[in-house]
Order: sequence, then C-alpha cells, then structure tokens
Amino acid sequence: MIRSEILKEIAPILRDQLVVCNIGIPSQELHAIDDQPTNFYMLGTMGLASSIGLGLALAQPKPVIVIDGDGSVLTNLGTLPTIANNVADNYILLIVDNGSYGSTGDQPTYAGQKTSLAKMAEAAGCDRVVECQAEDTGRVLQEALDAKKMTIIVSKCESGNAKMPPITMDPVVIRDRFMKAVQS
Amino acid sequence: MNIDKKITDDLMANDISFVTTVPCKQLAGVIAEIDERDGIYHIPSNKEDEGMGLCAGAWMGGKRPAIIMQNTAIGVTINTLATLIQYYRMPLPMLISYRGELREPIACQVEMAVHTKALLAQLNIPTYHFHHQADVEELDAILKYTFMCNKPVAILTDANFWGGYGDQ
Repeated sequence: MIRSEILKEIAPILRDQLVVCNIGIPSQELHAIDDQPTNFYMLGTMGLASSIGLGLALAQPKPVIVIDGDGSVLTNLGTLPTIANNVADNYILLIVDNGSYGSTGDQPTYAGQKTSLAKMAEAAGCDRVVECQAEDTGRVLQEALDAKKMTIIVSKCESGNAKMPPITMDPVVIRDRFMKAVQS
Repeated sequence: MNIDKKITDDLMANDISFVTTVPCKQLAGVIAEIDERDGIYHIPSNKEDEGMGLCAGAWMGGKRPAIIMQNTAIGVTINTLATLIQYYRMPLPMLISYRGELREPIACQVEMAVHTKALLAQLNIPTYHFHHQADVEELDAILKYTFMCNKPVAILTDANFWGGYGDQ
C-alpha cells in the first residue's frame, strides 16, 4: 500500500476528527480524497505538523490526529521529546513511514534504512508507540482513539504518490474554517 | 520595578496562557516567573521553529500564545514566519533577547545582531526595541496591537534593558 491508499482507507475515521496534515502531496491527497473543514492543510513549513497538532491538542479537548511523514519528522526530531514530556491524551501522531521524501521525488530517507522512528519515539519518552503495517493502520488508529491515550503510530508503507492537484484554497480560508470547526 | 514580574503580568492581563521558550541568560528571570504562574502553560521547545508550530496550534485551539527566544532565532525561523505565521495570518508576540548589542561580552553574538533588524524589516514584522527599563511600559499596548492585527510582532530587549551582564 502507498500513502494515498492508507488515506482512502482511514478517511471515514478522520472525517469526524480534527486533522493536521503534513505539507505537500499528503495534504493534496487528503484534500482530494475527503476535504473537510476539520482538516488543517499545511501549505508550507516542512516538519511542523506534529508541533501544530500538539499545540492544538494542549489548547482544547477534542481529539487531534496529525498525519505526518517520516521525512518531515526527521526534519523536526526535537518534536518527539516535546511530545513525550507534554502529554495530551487527545493527541495522535500518525507517521506514514514510506521511507522516502514523497513530495520531492521519492528520495530515500534514513527512516527507510537503519533508523527506526518508533524506537526514537520510545527513547524520547513517548509512552504509547505502535508500529504497524500499512494494512493495519485503520484498526490501530481507531484503537488509539478509543484508548484516549497519547499515541504515536508509525505505519510502514510503500513509497509512491497519487496524482492529485495542488490545493488552491486560500490559507486564511483553510485556517478560518478550521478554527470554526474547532469551536463548533 | 521587577521587569520579569511586569512582563509576566502583562502577558496574563492580555489572556496569554500558552508560552513556549528557548532559553537565554537574559530571559532566565522571566522564564522562571512564567513557571510560577498557574494561568500559563509553559512548554519549552527544542528549536524556535518548533515553538512557532506549537503556538500556531494553540492559537487555533483557542489559546493566546507567545514565544520567548533569542534574536539568533530569527535566522532559524524565517521560513516558518513567512509560510506559517504570516501566510495563515496568525498573531504571535515574540519576546526576543537582543544579544550582540551594547554591553555584550560575546563577539559572535554581534554577527546576528547586525542582521536582526534588517531581517525583521525585510519580513515586514512590526518591531519594538526596549533599551531602557521604562520602555517596558509599552508592552501591554504592543500585545494588544499583536492580537488586533493577527501578525507576528517582535519585541527586542537588549542588555541595557536587562541591566547588563553582571560580572561577565
């Protein structure tokens, strides 16, 4: 399975939740599969999805699901200790780990080689870390929501992208409708 | 006047309840003061761009944020300021220790000091420079201005403002 197939499969779970989605093709794919006002699409700033989601989870009680990538987490590795030491049980970080920088031409990341992001999250102090195969992502995500415990999921999948159009929505519109969804 | 208390009082009076910090010796007192206050969630970040991400999320979640950091961080956060905070039109007060100014003992700090105001100007970020203790009287108005216009706003605080470096 590639990332877009995972997103299609978990779209029914995501639909009712606040979702912060990583920059580039992941956001384009989610936007094309199931655009929702509860989705915050990152149009720039690689690496900060997990941080934005954590701030959001700490500020309000609704569950927050962050869809991140292995390359983006590697870009902002300091996020893992911050997550571990600021426990928000309404926070789920789903790292779609395809071992590559998908948005820039599928160059390999170190997460696809010797580096384990799940072990790094554990070493950072994250209490609930689940590594799974792509096919099990929906089940593991639903279990994390039901557990109501801060969870880091590392979903190992194949490299590859679906051909989707860029998001042309104005960033202030994305942000404004998202904030209204947070408050509703 | 206790500057650390005055700054923290102003943050709280403006409903700022989520503060991220990357420390600086000059900011140690205000960071300690923030830790003392129950009404502020203090979340240290490992790098300033990470901290801005946390602040962006907290603001969308309904809390007013602030970031406390050194001016060297301007070099780290230009992309985040342009493509997250400014692009999505978010307010972010940035209380910045302005290292490399008068009374600075570390020569290397001057290298980013000479770029600080130029970079902030290039980004069209409203910038205030606290040089004397009395300048802190403007902080309340600056915070109100920040949340009125939904922009990042820089408050540069130099060594003279903080009272020098003691025995260094």
